[in-house]
Amino acid sequence: MSERERGGEPVLSVRDLKTHFRLDEGVVRAVDGVSFDLYPGEVVGIVGESGCGKSITMKSILRLVQPPGRIVGGEIRYRRPEPVGEARRRYKPFEADLARLPPQGRRMRQVRGGDIALIPQEPMATFSPLHTIGEQIVEAIRLHEPMPKARAREVAIAKLREVGMPSPEQRFSAYSWQLSGGLRQRAIIAMALACNPSVLIADEPTTAIDVTTQAQVLELLKRLQADHGSSILFITHDLGVIAQVADHVVVMYLGKVMEQGPVSDIFHRPRHPYTRALLKSMPSLHSEPRVALPTVAGSIPHPLHRPRGCAFHPRCPDFMPGRCDVRVPALSAAGGRSPVACFLHHDEVEGGGHDA
Amino acid sequence: MQPGSELVPVEKTDRVPDGAGESAEVVAAGPAVYVAPAWKLTWWRFRKHKLAVACLWVFAVVALIALAPEFFATQDPNATAASNAYIPPQTVRVLHEGRVTWPFVYGVRGERNQRTLRMEWALDEETRYPLRLFARGYPYRLFGLIPTDRHLLGFEGATGRDTPRLLGTDRLGRDQWSRLMYGTRISLSIGLVAVALSTVLGIVLGGVSGYFGGWVDNVIQRLIELLQALPPIPIWLALSASLPRTWPVTWVYFAITVILALLGWTRLAREVRGRFLSLREEDFVTAARLVGASRSRVIFSHMVPSFTSHIIAAVTLAIPLMILNETFLSFLGLGLRPPAISWGVMLQEAQNLQSVVNAPWLLIPGLLVIVTVLALNILGDGLRDAADPYSS
Amino acid sequence: MHWYILKRLAIVPLMLFLFSVIAFALIQAPPGDFLTSYIAELAQGGSSLDQAQIDALRRQYGLDRPIYEQYFLWVGSLLKGDLGISLEWRRSNAELIGERLLLTLALTTGSLIFTWLVAIPIGIVSATRQYSAVDYLFTVLNYVGLATPNFMLALVLMWVAFDRFGVSVTGLFSPEYAQAPWSWARFADLMSHIWLPMIVLGVAGTAQIARVVRANLLDELGKPYAEMARAKGLPEWKLVLKYPTRVAIAPVVSTLGWYFPQLLSGGLVVSVVMSLPTVGPLLLRALVGQDMYLAGTIILIFCVLTVIGTLVSDILLAVLDPRIRMDAA
Repeated sequence: MSERERGGEPVLSVRDLKTHFRLDEGVVRAVDGVSFDLYPGEVVGIVGESGCGKSITMKSILRLVQPPGRIVGGEIRYRRPEPVGEARRRYKPFEADLARLPPQGRRMRQVRGGDIALIPQEPMATFSPLHTIGEQIVEAIRLHEPMPKARAREVAIAKLREVGMPSPEQRFSAYSWQLSGGLRQRAIIAMALACNPSVLIADEPTTAIDVTTQAQVLELLKRLQADHGSSILFITHDLGVIAQVADHVVVMYLGKVMEQGPVSDIFHRPRHPYTRALLKSMPSLHSEPRVALPTVAGSIPHPLHRPRGCAFHPRCPDFMPGRCDVRVPALSAAGGRSPVACFLHHDEVEGGGHDA
Repeated sequence: MQPGSELVPVEKTDRVPDGAGESAEVVAAGPAVYVAPAWKLTWWRFRKHKLAVACLWVFAVVALIALAPEFFATQDPNATAASNAYIPPQTVRVLHEGRVTWPFVYGVRGERNQRTLRMEWALDEETRYPLRLFARGYPYRLFGLIPTDRHLLGFEGATGRDTPRLLGTDRLGRDQWSRLMYGTRISLSIGLVAVALSTVLGIVLGGVSGYFGGWVDNVIQRLIELLQALPPIPIWLALSASLPRTWPVTWVYFAITVILALLGWTRLAREVRGRFLSLREEDFVTAARLVGASRSRVIFSHMVPSFTSHIIAAVTLAIPLMILNETFLSFLGLGLRPPAISWGVMLQEAQNLQSVVNAPWLLIPGLLVIVTVLALNILGDGLRDAADPYSS
Repeated sequence: MHWYILKRLAIVPLMLFLFSVIAFALIQAPPGDFLTSYIAELAQGGSSLDQAQIDALRRQYGLDRPIYEQYFLWVGSLLKGDLGISLEWRRSNAELIGERLLLTLALTTGSLIFTWLVAIPIGIVSATRQYSAVDYLFTVLNYVGLATPNFMLALVLMWVAFDRFGVSVTGLFSPEYAQAPWSWARFADLMSHIWLPMIVLGVAGTAQIARVVRANLLDELGKPYAEMARAKGLPEWKLVLKYPTRVAIAPVVSTLGWYFPQLLSGGLVVSVVMSLPTVGPLLLRALVGQDMYLAGTIILIFCVLTVIGTLVSDILLAVLDPRIRMDAA
């Protein structure tokens, strides 16, 4: 039974997060009222097409959003979970609303890398080309746990071994551009794990590598997660990957959560028309050969020209004129098991109240 | 702006700048899709850069002077009068005896200091020369064609030798203002001609280098490296020192442009080659090739339009360098020679501390050099930024 | 690493050969045989060389032999350390160039160090505080620095110093040390004079290099590894100094290739204006007086200095950027 089902406390709880970009041309609401929870030991997948705000959500959590982007509202509550076993002795309780911490402050810097680590998208350019990967991992370790260099080196090599890096002692003094894509991704995971973070944010970690390596990396992530009991926030546009790794899924569209729920519900009983459309556009072994794969109709609206009402209505097959294009449906679990933002299932309106 | 990888960048082209609507063509039925040729987009982006636009105006004024210096001059720039040496600038005033009047200048009275034997000039507040626009002066041919004696500025009651010297006179009593106007023509044109020569050399050699690649590229690149490793001014000096002393002014002028271009083309060639190489790898060029476009079509309708603005920017940035180089050469006495007038030739008069202390106004041509070079540099940078479709 | 340096070193003789050809071509460039025109010039001035001197010169430069033999003769004597004699000064070129070369080097490298010490911090500050008042201020200063011919700056500074403070800031030594043998006191005197020309010479380059640093750093700061370093919890200033700056400085080191020749060039002009006893004014006089062997020798020395500068920059680059040294291996 998972922590979520047990009704335990989430390690990361995002509530009504709003991150906007104020440009000369207008305000881009990249993240506009996103809420979800991440429980210890689970994998939450955030899916959506490009431009839906999933990466900005990630950056907001780590407080890496650069101007003109700014968190304008909401809460990012992080609670450091109590470790089990031996590590318990060194445990220092910590709880904070990350959205309120100064982004460059000491506390936020401790959280970054120490509590919440990032596995970024592009393994090509994630390491500085002028420093060995070992130097960079050692730096990450010593930033959060002061220790002599030699000791940190041992820890780093142990981490490299743990992620399945062949001959880690040699790879320690290699430069990133000397490694293959898969090995580079492993080195990045080793760096992310260096300080035993309780949350890993994986931002499309498999998009830039080939399919075989992809599978290996996913295997590795699952194994590590099982070993350490850490939580993973997995960001991707690839539903196939989500099906493999996630326990719980958040579907995003234009900065808003459309639907969320356990992975089995999302895949077997999708409720939002957007989720259904996404699932239909997924290739599978059962799809008819030589038949064009269905796509989600229409294209993503320009971020400055957000449609009125439900953002998805111009592309929605079940569009109800006079309702969907007028008011914004709230994300509500009314009329079902998992929350969905759609008037097909309930009539709750964002900001409270009901649609007439 | 540093949007996240997911935030769709706001396409500037989606919005048509004010007043551009009539020239943009609506392609799709969609409300916000327009197309415009690359140079037009560049121009729209350029117009947003207010400082660069201001610099374009400054350059236009300098260019206008270069086109018709006779019109802007007030005296014959080569007329010498030893007795009028080192007259300080006679500034245009609007206040006379505490009252605002039509702009005028005071006359000057020279007196030889009996002890130092230097001429000392004092304002003669008795004589006033009111400023006149489009006044008559010495005769000349406008653009070398139209005989006229109209000048932009003139002074009522002053003719010939007495014509007020707005920027003072030099060692030989020549009028600096007029010399400056004439010098603009030579300094600017030498910059333009030298850049034109180096552009031709640069585009041909850079294009050949970038297009053929292989050993041709290798040879040209090594040649460029070799030339760039040479200290330019000594080489230029040595080359111009070897020009026969007996050559007429115009020959020297062209020889100097050739000498300047000889080392000046390398930068442009690198730029062209770099563009060519990166464009060759661009997806849209590959795409054009894949749909079966001919080689010349790929080059002329896909590659050339996407780098002309870059070349224009690079050329604009090369002009000020050439102007500075000419100034250096002539300043050191190995560039243009009198009677040719250029900014550098004029500055040669201010080559030592003594002259500058005695007649600081001799440095004024240097100010014009700075203003022109500054304007061209900012203009070139503005063009370069505007030429880059991904700049924010 | 050793391979890389060896490869670079292997190019040096070729470069030197090409440069010596260029220098020799410049010597030969003035129309006519230099000795004849020189004798004619002397005769005009009322003085003359005696026949023995003329014959000695003819033999030394092999003026009666084909041009390529003349070249080899010249290079041969250069390689033997014999720089020839100056016709105008009637002294050996080596003697004329000697100390001036040392002072040229002091001025140039001093200016180079000044440039880097000033330009790199300016570039970093401008890039990390993009669009701030500081950035704009430096941008303006950069443009003005680029547009001002260094002799203008020198003249204005000299004028101000003279007009306001009554001091003449020309030369590199006070009169009492100008001809004195080297001593600590003379060195101190040199230091008290050289800083102004050093700055004057370095201003334009400082502007250019600060712009290079700023542009490169802005590029690097947007790269994923910078964001990753942030995500590791690295403080911003540490991040900037440790990762992107090192990447952004590599191109600055490689600017040495063109900046060094530019400094030698600029040094010539500044030296003429500020009456500095460097090689520059000597070259100018040699060129004006058509003392072409002296001029050619100086130009060749300039070229050799450039080759050394390029070599140093290549080696520094390899130290800074592992990709370069590994590639070559």
